[in-house]
Amino acid sequence: MFDKIWDAHVVREEPDKPSLLYVDLHLVHEVTSPQAFEGLRLSGRTVRRPDLTVATVDHNVPTIDRLNIKDEISRKQLEALKQNADEFGIRFYGIESDRQGIVHVIGPELGLTRPGIVIVCGDSHTSTHGAFGAFAMPIGTSQVEHVLATQCLVQARMKTMEVRVDGSLPRGVTAKDMILGIIGQMGVDGATGCAIEYTGEAVRGLSMEGRMTVCNMSIEAGARVGMVAPDETTFDYLGGREFAPKGADWDVAVESWKRLPSDPGATYDKTVTIDAAGLEPYVTWGTNPGMVVPVSGCVPDPESFPTNAERAAAERALQYMALEPRTAMQEIRLDRVFIGSCTNARIEDLRAAAAVAKGRRVANGVRALVVPGSTQVKIHAEEEGIDRIFTEAGFEWREAGCSMCLGMNPDILQPGERCASSSNRNFEGRQGKGGRTHLVSPQMAAAAAVAGHFVDIREWDVS
Amino acid sequence: MEPFRNVTGIVAPLDRSNVDTDSIVPARFLKRIERQGWGETLFYDWRRRPDGEPDADFVLNQPGYENASVLVAGRNFGSGSSREHAVWALRQHGFRAIISSSFADIFHKNCFENGLVPVIIPEERARELIIRAKEGPACELTVDLERCELYDDRGFRSSFVIHDDPATHEFRRHCLLNGLDDIDLTLQHEDQIAAFEKKRPTWLEPAHSDA
Repeated sequence: MFDKIWDAHVVREEPDKPSLLYVDLHLVHEVTSPQAFEGLRLSGRTVRRPDLTVATVDHNVPTIDRLNIKDEISRKQLEALKQNADEFGIRFYGIESDRQGIVHVIGPELGLTRPGIVIVCGDSHTSTHGAFGAFAMPIGTSQVEHVLATQCLVQARMKTMEVRVDGSLPRGVTAKDMILGIIGQMGVDGATGCAIEYTGEAVRGLSMEGRMTVCNMSIEAGARVGMVAPDETTFDYLGGREFAPKGADWDVAVESWKRLPSDPGATYDKTVTIDAAGLEPYVTWGTNPGMVVPVSGCVPDPESFPTNAERAAAERALQYMALEPRTAMQEIRLDRVFIGSCTNARIEDLRAAAAVAKGRRVANGVRALVVPGSTQVKIHAEEEGIDRIFTEAGFEWREAGCSMCLGMNPDILQPGERCASSSNRNFEGRQGKGGRTHLVSPQMAAAAAVAGHFVDIREWDVS
Repeated sequence: MEPFRNVTGIVAPLDRSNVDTDSIVPARFLKRIERQGWGETLFYDWRRRPDGEPDADFVLNQPGYENASVLVAGRNFGSGSSREHAVWALRQHGFRAIISSSFADIFHKNCFENGLVPVIIPEERARELIIRAKEGPACELTVDLERCELYDDRGFRSSFVIHDDPATHEFRRHCLLNGLDDIDLTLQHEDQIAAFEKKRPTWLEPAHSDA
């Protein structure tokens, strides 16, 4: 599949040089683009294909009282994107728009993300769009400028890695647990230099939301690209969406998409196989997503790691996280809970977390936040009454944005606060300086909010 | 872009693996829209104590390492987000080369765009260099991109690559040595881009239904 998409997008190829690939969709947000637009202006260039470029605001956006942005520097960055979009004629979904949201949530929900296309965005979680069988790759600001100017990407062919998850997921084990389990097994650089294709019965069995969660965290295993072959699940999701092909074009598109999956017997540079039956709900204990154990487990003892470097990293992580070796994960008490982010803030994620919260109460001393991934998700959830389930249970219900996934807007942890988070990174300071992050699924986050500590969701009665 | 041929400078050791871009430049600083002024933000939460005072334990605050132009670190340097600000901060602080046994993909690519040389050597050689550099800031190392060699005057010598793929190594080395900019190179092939656009099927365009 990787080769089929690659070959269909080669503008130019020469021996021993990176190829020039055509980009079908360039998604832009406020943080990694201002210096790129400035570069265009300084060199007297323009945007080659504004019609293939879509911009929205997400990282800086406050999730309450969002039209009143108190942080002057944030406000300037948000305004800069609007001005740049206006100047270069780019479709822009600003704070007032009902299409606004996290860039990796709105692309799929608007039907901009489609199988077989090349998508780039100045954001490391661009691999999310690979869930549709797209080649979706994160780029830096210089490359953003390059794509704006040329609509092309300079890229050498990558190695391919198959991650095959056989069997079916046990009850209470989610797509998030699948990817945390994969990262735990491969390590945070296990897929560096590779494009991952996720295959196998357990991956096939996931909804589009679940596939997006898995592809989203490919970068946490080191891979810039993660993809799932398109199938009926994909077509059912896309049909009728705002920018999806319509009428006769739809039929042509689906015929073309059906030819994308890897041929039987296709080979990969590496293959990793995982048995879904062996996966459990996971919780991270350290300061990178590979530092992860099942919720039934304990904080590891640094002495148990094989190399000096790993022992030192574990010791440092435990010191930052203020955890003692061999503490049961379920004894770890929490101050905050965050349900949101481009990993887990789609309607299905919110439904699953709401099912846990329903009829229960957030524990005393815990502050819990639910942040829809897009304004459309928020509207949809409110139509279903999901917002009321959360607020009645004591969760705060917010407006769409990146929120507490990264400390770039008013939603941050205070130094020393401990948070169960449905996001993607538990790096030092990721959710705010001195904050301590544990990554979990949205269901596990909701349950932790109710209990005040981590619990094994498999032991709960969730309807 | 400024061409890079070689640099000789003090080596600062950062004895950690998986150094992520949130540690290199914390997200709260990314609100700025300028391309300059990032040196101050480098490793901000490691360089400063909670009260804002410099942390004397952090290597870049130790006498002699302030002017280091080469950083040597553990494996998988630059993991995490796509923020090019991490590379700008390293460059603007004064670093010209980062030595590690491996780099995270996005960070690695961003280095090439900004004339920061990602020097890859085997893990045990990187370890050796970290130990030497920890002995004191007297360790001046030359990063010679023309010969792809690292050496000092106390007997350390190692060849290096800037990418594991030999073709990419050679192409990126050529670009760094000559200060070539990707956009200029690509725009030389404007005719091929236009020809490609002509044959793209129309159903690939986003359907502008404007509902």
